[in-house]
Amino acid sequence: MTWAEQLVIVPILLPVMTGAALLLIDERRHVLKAAVNVLSTIALALVAIALLDYANTPTETNTPVTSVYLLGNWPAPFGIVLVLDRLSALMLVLTAMLALAAVVYSLARWHRSGPHFHTLFQFLLMGVNGAFLTGDLFNLFVFFEVMLASSYGLVLHGSGQGRVKAGMHYVVVNLAASSLFLIGVAMIYGVTGTLNMADLALRIGAVPASDRMLLDAGAGILGIAFLVKAGMWPLGFWLPTAYNAAAAPVAALFAILSKVGVYVLLRLSPLLFGVEAGPSSGFGDSWLLVGGMATIAFGAIGVMASQAKGRLAGYYILVSSGTMLAAIGIANVSATAGALYYMVSSTLAISAFFLLIELIDRVQDPSAGVLAITLDAYGEDLEEEETEEEIGVAIPATLAILGLCFAACGLLLAGLPPLSGFIGKFAILTALLNPEGLTEGGNLSVAIWAFVVLLVLSGLAAMISLTRSGIQAFWAPIEGIVPRVLLMEIAPVAFLLALCVGLTIFGGPVMRYMDQTAQALHTPHTYIRNVMTAPRVPPPAAPTAQEATP
Amino acid sequence: MELVLSIGIGVLIGSGVWLLFRPRTYQVIIGLSLIAYGVNLFIFSMGRLKTAAPPVLTSGAVANPADFADPIPQALVLTAIVIGFATTALFLVVLLASRGLTGSDHVDGREPSQ
Repeated sequence: MTWAEQLVIVPILLPVMTGAALLLIDERRHVLKAAVNVLSTIALALVAIALLDYANTPTETNTPVTSVYLLGNWPAPFGIVLVLDRLSALMLVLTAMLALAAVVYSLARWHRSGPHFHTLFQFLLMGVNGAFLTGDLFNLFVFFEVMLASSYGLVLHGSGQGRVKAGMHYVVVNLAASSLFLIGVAMIYGVTGTLNMADLALRIGAVPASDRMLLDAGAGILGIAFLVKAGMWPLGFWLPTAYNAAAAPVAALFAILSKVGVYVLLRLSPLLFGVEAGPSSGFGDSWLLVGGMATIAFGAIGVMASQAKGRLAGYYILVSSGTMLAAIGIANVSATAGALYYMVSSTLAISAFFLLIELIDRVQDPSAGVLAITLDAYGEDLEEEETEEEIGVAIPATLAILGLCFAACGLLLAGLPPLSGFIGKFAILTALLNPEGLTEGGNLSVAIWAFVVLLVLSGLAAMISLTRSGIQAFWAPIEGIVPRVLLMEIAPVAFLLALCVGLTIFGGPVMRYMDQTAQALHTPHTYIRNVMTAPRVPPPAAPTAQEATP
Repeated sequence: MELVLSIGIGVLIGSGVWLLFRPRTYQVIIGLSLIAYGVNLFIFSMGRLKTAAPPVLTSGAVANPADFADPIPQALVLTAIVIGFATTALFLVVLLASRGLTGSDHVDGREPSQ
């Protein structure tokens, strides 16, 4: 095995070991804990970038790279495998970038407002990375639970009535969804006798007709568990409240959590229910399309109706999830490629927006924000954390810089040129309106037209409400002093926005990468073959009986 | 045996879902636990029901797989029990925090009449 193949395990091992080590450090040693967390996150980002580079190396046969890591050195259908391909590498890098921004931001204030922030942060990263890398359904459940358990802790970080209430709803919804996940996995195992995703893809076509209904029911129940995570209407009512209640750096990292659900659907839908699946081929696609469109509509209405910016961002996550789900439902290579680009861009932008909101809200005099109070009338006021003495460099021209960042976020979220939000939406729209890829003869179905209209309208909704809150924040007379915003707080926002600018400038290579990713997703032969034929590492000495890990 | 098991799972999950939709946090947590029990039994049953069949092959002998119970669902159930237990405990903490902060055990943190 080459070093790059060994590196596949690092995105899981590094966070879990860092998280465990952080537990041993006394809670009062903030600086040391923060330093360990930041260093580990930087290392994780470097590893993720190296893996992305590795996944993007062209092979001699021009087949997509799929690196398989056999845990416990058992061959594929028997042991658990980790699989790295372009899609998982892309998700790893995206996670690492959000984590980097969130952890630096948290250093200004948030990491001291509750115990074990850094440990939970690392465990969350472990769960998310594991979910992106695993090639086994039950292992996916385990990583989902690791991710959820740490997210339960993080959503409560900072405490306060609002957080506990929103956190409790979040926990209940996700625990119920986990039960559905288990039922779905068990049914699929009961019918096919395997949990390995590649092996499943091979076996689904051969399932006898009498068991087909059970298989479809299992896949449907499993899908609901992921759709709850992704926030599809009507399963996503919990999402805006929970994300709004979470502390800013936590919410910024949570932007990736809904994408985990989307990722799994993106991975499993073409793999298990592609053309090879026989009668089950295309299972759930129309549900995803219609549900995705309903989510866009619901999210857009929510965006328009939200007065508080945190809620607005939460609803925008629904719009973004809905767009992804509907694009997956189209099951078309170029639509998937556009959706992938859109997902990266919108996730970065929404994460930057969550960080920015807190800074902007600091500018606004709380008593002047009459409209924002209407929201608080529904629930108890969030308890403000007592202001601590802040150390660090404050930035000059606070308002101008915040305004610039806000405008950039607005352009990205509304999908206006020249930034990457526009390119992502444009790519999806082109794929939708390009008749060759979808329907012969160039006539588009009503559903496709509806999707096009919704996509454009959701951009309009985002633009209207962002303009409104921008005017309230920046053009309203500000009483008293302009607050201090630390360099440490604005730098992560600028970093995420710079990544979006980078996506725009290097739109060509990035789009090519997305195209290849989408191609590999929709023709999963290489994935299946590589997983099933992954060679075992020969034992160094005489072969001994190895222990299996459950 | 099949009938008893399916009725058992059905009763557990049915009661669990009913409790899950009740307004008190304690009812919700009991509901979630019942659902977890039902789900665990369900996973177990997906390995097909067999009595007096060991799940582990004896070494050396060539055995007929039909004589053995499927070990994988048993392993899955073990994992699911551990995870379910941990998350339930975690939820219990959130429940207590909510009770302490709001003085109410309603899931919305306040009595509906207020």
